[in-house]
Amino acid sequence: MDLKLDHHNEDRLTIVEVEGEIDVYTAPRLRELLIDLVNKGNFHLLVNMEKVDFLDSTGLGVLVGGLKRVRAHDGSLELVCTQERILKIFRITGLTKVFGIYASVDEAKEAHGKDK
Amino acid sequence: MATVELTFSALPAHVRTARLVATAIARRTGVEESLLDEVRLAVGEACSRAVEAHRAHCPGEPIRIELKDDSGRFEVTVSDQAPSDEIKQEQPLDLGMLSDSFMSGFGIAVIAGLADDVEVFPSPKGMRIRMSWPAATNGHAPI
Repeated sequence: MDLKLDHHNEDRLTIVEVEGEIDVYTAPRLRELLIDLVNKGNFHLLVNMEKVDFLDSTGLGVLVGGLKRVRAHDGSLELVCTQERILKIFRITGLTKVFGIYASVDEAKEAHGKDK
Repeated sequence: MATVELTFSALPAHVRTARLVATAIARRTGVEESLLDEVRLAVGEACSRAVEAHRAHCPGEPIRIELKDDSGRFEVTVSDQAPSDEIKQEQPLDLGMLSDSFMSGFGIAVIAGLADDVEVFPSPKGMRIRMSWPAATNGHAPI
């Protein structure tokens, strides 16, 4: 499956919907979207990965790159993910300590609201 | 022993094909369904790393994958022809140090975390990553 990307804003939060496979072939499209969003002043990003079938280290690199960009503006990049096979990659690489990972968009929004 | 060999040019689009082929052969070889995601990811990581290395050093040269059913193990070897001196790092994570070069080492870290048995052979003539998983002893999954 190819990669499908969409995004919308809810209050101060930009929700990025990702569907399909994030690998060395498709990751540049996600990178471009994250860069574009940051360049347009969206510094609080929530990436919904519930429909991601595959994620490799190239995809992790793109997410880390996005996080570095938003943090430069005191922003945040958090994830929604409950799929064990995707979470496993974050655990293996230690990135669970770097990203906020939530079980649902609502949970992430609630946590984000408390941080305001 | 059954062996499948695959060569592909160093294009990111071919990595998905390599993953699919490896997963299909792993299933056919009798690797447990619960391990197939690990095979898919580990082979994808090895191929992605090889593609990036070839694009930097020798874009015209092909990357080679060998998939073997060997004595109850499913063994995959990914070989590239780009000079390598691969990094091995085990440090606490700090966002500032996650440069692109550090992230390139993540592929190997992910493979090491996934495959049951991994050996990495870096050399000036290219890197060879061999990994294996347990498979059915008769080499054929139940149909």
